Amino acid sequence: MAEIIVVTSGKGGVGKTTTSAAIGTGLALKGHKTVIIDFDVGLRNLDLIMGCERRVVYDFVNVINGEANLNQALIKDKRVDKLNILPASQTRDKDALTLEGVQKVLDELKKTHDFIVCDSPAGIEKGAHMAMYFADRALVVTNPEVSSVRDSDRILGILQSKTLRAEKGEEPVTEHLLLTRYSPDRVERGEMLGVKDVEEILSIPLLGVIPESKAVLSASNQGQPVILDTETDAGQAYDDAVRRLLGEDVEHRFLNSAKKGLFSRMFGGR
Amino acid sequence: MSLLEFFKTKKKSSASTAKERLQIIVAHERSQRDQPDYLPALQRDLVAVISKYVPINDDMVSVSLDQNEDCAVLELNITLPEAEIAS
Ligand SMILES: Nc1ncnc2c1ncn2[C@@H]1O[C@H](COP(=O)(O)OP(=O)(O)O)[C@@H](O)[C@H]1O
Ligand SMILES: [Mg+2]
Repeated sequence: MAEIIVVTSGKGGVGKTTTSAAIGTGLALKGHKTVIIDFDVGLRNLDLIMGCERRVVYDFVNVINGEANLNQALIKDKRVDKLNILPASQTRDKDALTLEGVQKVLDELKKTHDFIVCDSPAGIEKGAHMAMYFADRALVVTNPEVSSVRDSDRILGILQSKTLRAEKGEEPVTEHLLLTRYSPDRVERGEMLGVKDVEEILSIPLLGVIPESKAVLSASNQGQPVILDTETDAGQAYDDAVRRLLGEDVEHRFLNSAKKGLFSRMFGGR
Repeated sequence: MSLLEFFKTKKKSSASTAKERLQIIVAHERSQRDQPDYLPALQRDLVAVISKYVPINDDMVSVSLDQNEDCAVLELNITLPEAEIAS
């Protein structure tokens, strides 16, 4: 049975698309047939982060409208065997996605995939609603910053009331906190909310902490999900998160600033 | 406590201010989360009607809805100005 995972946050620019690309790729690398869907209608970007922007022919809305079939619209990743990408439409029609249409496509994808990762747009409007409505799990991407935490709490309220699972009174959507753009040294200096603070306020289980990392920009420049950069902190942190998502017990890393040697502490080390 | 820690904790960090502010606003918003959308409008209308008879402000009326298994209770709290009670 395929599982639907929504990557959501309320606030924009917190790392949803980066996360969708990394987690989706990670699941496929572990042998699970995975598709990542871009729900950000009008602001397609997952294709760039995945490096398949020049291979987009048909999109999600074309499939909903019957202008293309799924096989024509799905882009098969060239690096990772079991990975597909379904790009968003660039239409400006905000009613392009309908619940019936989305459900039809998800039902068809479920037959051939183990995981369906839905990259939500920002906001709490229609696009975000469509992305979360059919979800079994939610990755709530949060930055250690007041407006992001508040928006995440808002999104949690919506996940608990405006999803299919909530409306049918089924088991609620499983919620996971993914704290991204984390700077341990700023936390240690009292300039940034710590992981414990955010966990305490949102009170949902922590899936992982992704450090603020230069590797993310560099990966996006190249159109390569950061999880493929296995030597980098962010790449490793995403890999840990994928393993936890699959039920492994993995210790949290990158929560403390790198220990500085005596030399750097004496000369110029902060 | 070491001398270093003493200086570190002397001034409240901006992160702890952030945490306190978040705890308050998040608790407030959660308490309003399950309220129907019409409550703020109902509250405005109530204030308008009551003000015809008694001088009151917005913040003197509070409306909340409690839902149980088989009934819903609309709770209305109106604080009247002291002079009005005496007369
Ligand atoms: N862990 C991180 N470290 C550094 N930069 C990051 C990190 N995660 C995301 N970013 C940057 O933040 C910006 C927004 O990320 P994106 O994934 O597009 O967010 P969203 O989809 O939520 O709008 C991008 O420029 C991205 O490179
Ligand atoms: Mg995005």
